[in-house]
Amino acid sequence: MSAKTLYDKLWQNHLVEQREDGSALIYIDRHLIHEVTSPQAFEGLRLAGRQPWRRDANLAVPDHNVPTESAERAGGVAAIADPVSRLQVQTLDENCADFDLVKFDINDVRQGIVHVVGPEQGATLPGMTVVCGDSHTSTHGALGALAHGIGTSEVEHVLATQTLIQQKMRNMLVRIDGRLQPGVTAKDVVLAVIGKIGTAGGTGYAIEFGGQVIRDMSMEGRMTVCNMSIEAGARMGMVAVDDTTLEYVKGRAYAPSGKMWEQAEAAWRDLHSDEGAHFDAIVELRGEDIKPQVTWGTSPEMVLPIDGYLPEPDSIEDSSRKAAVTRALEYMGLAAGSAITDIRPDRVFIGSCTNSRIEDLREAAAVVKGKKVADSIKQALVVPGSGEVKKQAEAEGLDQVFIEAGMEWREPGCSMCLAMNADKLGPGEHCASTSNRNFEGRQGIGGRTHLVSPAMAAAAAVAGHFVDVRDW
Amino acid sequence: MKAFTVETGLVAPMDRANVDTDLIIPKQFLKSIKRSGFGPNLFDELRYLDEGQPGEDCSQRPLNTEFPLNFPRYQGASILLARENFGCGSSREHAPWALEDYGFRCVIAPSFADIFYNNCFKNGVLPIALDGATVSRLFDEMYASEGYQLTVDLRQQKVVTPSGEEIPFEVDEFRRHCLLEGLDDIGLTLKSADAIRSYEQKMRQQSPWLFDVIK
Repeated sequence: MSAKTLYDKLWQNHLVEQREDGSALIYIDRHLIHEVTSPQAFEGLRLAGRQPWRRDANLAVPDHNVPTESAERAGGVAAIADPVSRLQVQTLDENCADFDLVKFDINDVRQGIVHVVGPEQGATLPGMTVVCGDSHTSTHGALGALAHGIGTSEVEHVLATQTLIQQKMRNMLVRIDGRLQPGVTAKDVVLAVIGKIGTAGGTGYAIEFGGQVIRDMSMEGRMTVCNMSIEAGARMGMVAVDDTTLEYVKGRAYAPSGKMWEQAEAAWRDLHSDEGAHFDAIVELRGEDIKPQVTWGTSPEMVLPIDGYLPEPDSIEDSSRKAAVTRALEYMGLAAGSAITDIRPDRVFIGSCTNSRIEDLREAAAVVKGKKVADSIKQALVVPGSGEVKKQAEAEGLDQVFIEAGMEWREPGCSMCLAMNADKLGPGEHCASTSNRNFEGRQGIGGRTHLVSPAMAAAAAVAGHFVDVRDW
Repeated sequence: MKAFTVETGLVAPMDRANVDTDLIIPKQFLKSIKRSGFGPNLFDELRYLDEGQPGEDCSQRPLNTEFPLNFPRYQGASILLARENFGCGSSREHAPWALEDYGFRCVIAPSFADIFYNNCFKNGVLPIALDGATVSRLFDEMYASEGYQLTVDLRQQKVVTPSGEEIPFEVDEFRRHCLLEGLDDIGLTLKSADAIRSYEQKMRQQSPWLFDVIK
C-alpha cells in the first residue's frame, strides 16, 4: 500500500462513490449551521418537499448577528434592536424547530461562534468531515478533520443528502520547524505563511500544517492557524492527530467515552501523513525567523513584521502589484515607506473565530494587566468566542483585568470581525484586530483593519500605536 | 437553475486583483433570508457614494460615476472580465446570487477562489479561467472598442472574440454537464441514496461515535 497524506486518508475514509467524470460523492459527518447562510437552504428543502437526511449530524448556533452588549443581549432574540438581524436569528430558530435540529439558543452558555463551539463541545472530532456555510470552517482541521466552508446550495445539499459532490484537491505541506520566539504566536505564524505564499497560494490545495512549531502548539493555536488557511487560498487546513489533540478532545460533551473512546482513539492514532507520502507542494518556514506580524493593507498577504516599513509603489515594477499597493495605501490612509510602529489604531478588537479562545484571552490579559488603554483609543472590545470561554475567563478574573485596563467585556459572537451586528468601525478609523480579514469595508464602511495577534492588539491598545510585544 | 449553453454579451471590467466576496456583496445585505434581489447591491461600496442598507430603493442613491459598471457603455453587460483570485474570502453564495441577479452569466479571470468558483456553478453563472496574458489582451481589446462583445460557448468550451478568434477553456465534466442541462444536483445525488445508506451502515459499525450523539 502506498504512503498516504492525512488528506488522502480522510478523503478515502469518506468516499461514498467515485464517478467516471472525476467527481466523487463524499460523506459528511458533521454539519454546523448558523443564521446567515442557512435560511435559503431551508427554504429550498421546503420548496422541494425534502427532509434532512440525518438530523443528528447537524448542530446550529446563531453567531454573526447576535448583539454583544450585555443589556441588549439579556432580552434574548426578541430584544435584538436591528429588525433585520432579529428576523435572521428568529428564522434560524424557526427552521431548527420545523426540521427538528439541535440548536444552542442565543443565551445558552454553549452558544458562541460556530467554529469555537464545535471543537469545544466535542461536536467536531478527529477524522470527521465537517462543513458549514462559512469559509472559516477550515478551523476544525486542527483536530485532524477534513473541514471546509461551503455555499448555501451545498448547505441544502448536505441537509438533503448528507453528502457533497467534490473534486479531490492537491496536497500541500506547510512545515514550520524550529521554535517560536517568546511573544510570537500562532497568529503570527499563519500571517507569515500568508505573507510568503500569498492569498491565492493555497488555491486548489488542501494544506497540512506540520513541523516542530505546530507539534509544540496548543489546540487553540492550531485552530488559529487552520482558521486562516482560507486567507492563504486553501479551503481546508489540517494538523495530524497527536497527544495534544486527544487530550483536548477527551471529556468533551459530545466526545465518545469509555470503551468507545478506546475504539475511537485507536482509529484516530492513524490520522497523520505516512512516512514518504507525496505532497504536490511543500512550503517551509523556520520558527525562529517569524516576528510579530501586522497587516498594513487590504488583503491578508499585505503583511509585514513589526519592525517593517510600508512598501513604496515607485519601486515596484509589476504594474498590477503596483496598482494594488497604491490603492491599498490610499484606502488605508498610510504613507509609503512609513514604519509599522507609526500606525495608530483608533479601536482595538480582540475576538473572532481566529482569536477568541481562552488562550487568546489569557495572552491579551497578560499584556494589559495593571496597565491602561491609551487615551487615543476610542474603544477596545474584548469579545469571548463562546459562553463557555466567557465563563472560564471570568473564573480566572480575566474580565476584571480587561475592565480595569479600560476595555469593554462583551457577550460572545462574531461581533466586529464582520460588523453584521452593531459593533463596527467608522469611516477612516484604524483598528488593531485579532480577526482574519482586512478587506475594504469588512469591519464597517471605510474602516481600516490591521490584523494582529491578541498580544499585539493588547500592546497596541496600551501604547496607542503598534509595538513589538517581544519587548513588552 | 437556469441552463447555460451559449452566451453572447457585452463585456464589462472589474480591473483589480483579489476582488473579495465582501466587495462583491457587503455584509449588511447578507441579513436577507431570500435568494433574489441582490443585483442592485452588487459591488455596493464601489457603485454608490452613500452607505447602502438592505431593502432600500437603490434607484434614488447617488452613483459613483467613476466606477466602470456605472458607465453608459457597460450598461446591459452579461460578461464580467476580472483579474487574479476573483471571489476570494467569505463563502457567501450571495456573491454569485448578486452577479446573476445583476445580469452577469459569465466571469472571465486568470484565477478564482475555490469556494466562489464552486458556488457559481450552482447558480447558472459560468466562471472561466484563462491564462493571465490572454485576460490582459481581452482587457485591452475591450477598452479599445466600445460595445465589445464576447461569445461564450460552454458546449464547445470556447470563448469567441469579435475578430473570430477562438479561445478554448477548461471545465470539469460534471459541472459542465449540470450547467448545460440546468440540473438540480440534489436530485442527482439522491439517485445514489442506496450507496449513501450502505456507507452509513458500514460506518455505524466501524465508528459508532459518529452517530446519534447530537439529538
